[in-house]
Amino acid sequence: MKYLLLKHYRGGPEPVVDYETIDHWSPDEVDAHMRYMSDFASKLEATGEFVDAQALAPEGTFVRYDGEGRPPVTDGPFAETKDLVAGWMVIDVESHERALELAGELSAAPGPGGEPIHEWLELRPFMSNKAETAE
Amino acid sequence: MNPSALRELVPAVIGVLVRRGADFASAEDAVQEAVIRALETWSDDPSRGDPVRDPKAWLIATSWRRFLDAARAEESRRGREAVVAAEPPPGPGPAADDTLRLYFLCAHPSLTPASAVALTLRAVGGLTTQQIAAAYLVPEATMAQRISRAKRRIAGQSLDRAGDPATVLRVLYLVFNEGYGGDVDLAAEAIRLTRQLAALTDEPEVAGLLALMLLHHARRDARTDADGRLVPLAEQDRRRWDTGLIAEGVEILQTALARDRLGEYQAQAAIAALHADAPAPAETDWPQIVEWYDELLRLTGSPVVQLNRAVAVGEADGPRAGLAALGEVDPGLPRHTAASAYLHERAGEIGRAADLYAEAARSATSVPERDHLIRRAARLRGS
Repeated sequence: MKYLLLKHYRGGPEPVVDYETIDHWSPDEVDAHMRYMSDFASKLEATGEFVDAQALAPEGTFVRYDGEGRPPVTDGPFAETKDLVAGWMVIDVESHERALELAGELSAAPGPGGEPIHEWLELRPFMSNKAETAE
Repeated sequence: MNPSALRELVPAVIGVLVRRGADFASAEDAVQEAVIRALETWSDDPSRGDPVRDPKAWLIATSWRRFLDAARAEESRRGREAVVAAEPPPGPGPAADDTLRLYFLCAHPSLTPASAVALTLRAVGGLTTQQIAAAYLVPEATMAQRISRAKRRIAGQSLDRAGDPATVLRVLYLVFNEGYGGDVDLAAEAIRLTRQLAALTDEPEVAGLLALMLLHHARRDARTDADGRLVPLAEQDRRRWDTGLIAEGVEILQTALARDRLGEYQAQAAIAALHADAPAPAETDWPQIVEWYDELLRLTGSPVVQLNRAVAVGEADGPRAGLAALGEVDPGLPRHTAASAYLHERAGEIGRAADLYAEAARSATSVPERDHLIRRAARLRGS
């Protein structure tokens, strides 16, 4: 089963640890955080559970169709957008319990002072593209 | 030589290497490398002929050489004397037994289902890691690790022992249900592997699974329309069913049932055969299907079977009876709401059915199923 681990800059439940955003951390703290993330991905590759990981730039643009022959309308970026996706990891695991376990582990990435940041991660199952054989 | 004929040689060649003294994990790696080499260098053009006269001998020689190279490299890395003899000791033995034991080893109960599937497709199916990774939509490195971990987990397991056929059948059924993936038709591959297994064993459940697969496969083209939409059994164009596969499935099933050792796959195949036997939905023998579901429930005790049985009761004895049967099924089961929607629709409670279809769509776990349920809801609300 594939799951998306969604990392938010903002949004989601109230943070449990009050810490400065990463641009205020010391270079060593930033390095330790990044190393934790990449070690986590390597570990999952070794267990045969890693599918993909991507980070997203914090600023994005909203785009929509504006009628035939017209260029699309853009809006944003919005400094105050409530929910902002920072990136994701996709895993392929045996069970929902395993997905929860891994998400918990990823949420323990170190922040200021090397302490776990207890970040909320959103866990979403992928929908399969296969129809059930049973009729 | 086409790739599938090449693949068929793989389990026997692994068996030869193991009997010459190679451990399973190294033998399997060496054969995989030889297969990749063959796929890269052998011509697809039949007019040019095969580059080798005896592909099996070529595979054995090439993979044995790879194995020796790897073993020597490992030994020199460890600074030890070579312990592997350059001259293979003669070790003739029945290749059929080797292949059968590989099925058991690759489906070993200590492996997770995903690992057992991957290992079976590589060591028994002869697929490359790249093909398996593409079929399951994961990176090749991840799939390679999954396979090596699986091999480490079963290291030390003897290839000489037979296991529980049920574990092998579960793995093959999982592969079958995966359908198409990447450039590999996994359903067809599962049928090939089950056919081969059926030829090696005398187990009615193996025949039962093969019959079940053939009967389902016979309806594959009719199961989706030109736009890729899911078509329910009752609405399928039955002229598009493959009558050849149905006849073969029914014959295999009848032979298996005559052995009088019923199991869950034979019972499931019997249900599929009764569907396949009806020229039109109205001619389906639902009372007999319900009887088979009772049998299946007795064999498995599975709540999913209980759910499907309730739907069949709805057809045999009317939607009210079906809803009553559904009332005894755990409402937390996936597709419980979808079954309830269908039975309410049949009972003429259109508004209630539309709401239930919409609710079922929200908790669907596959895209084709979700889309189907949304269309059902929309159709009832528009009527």
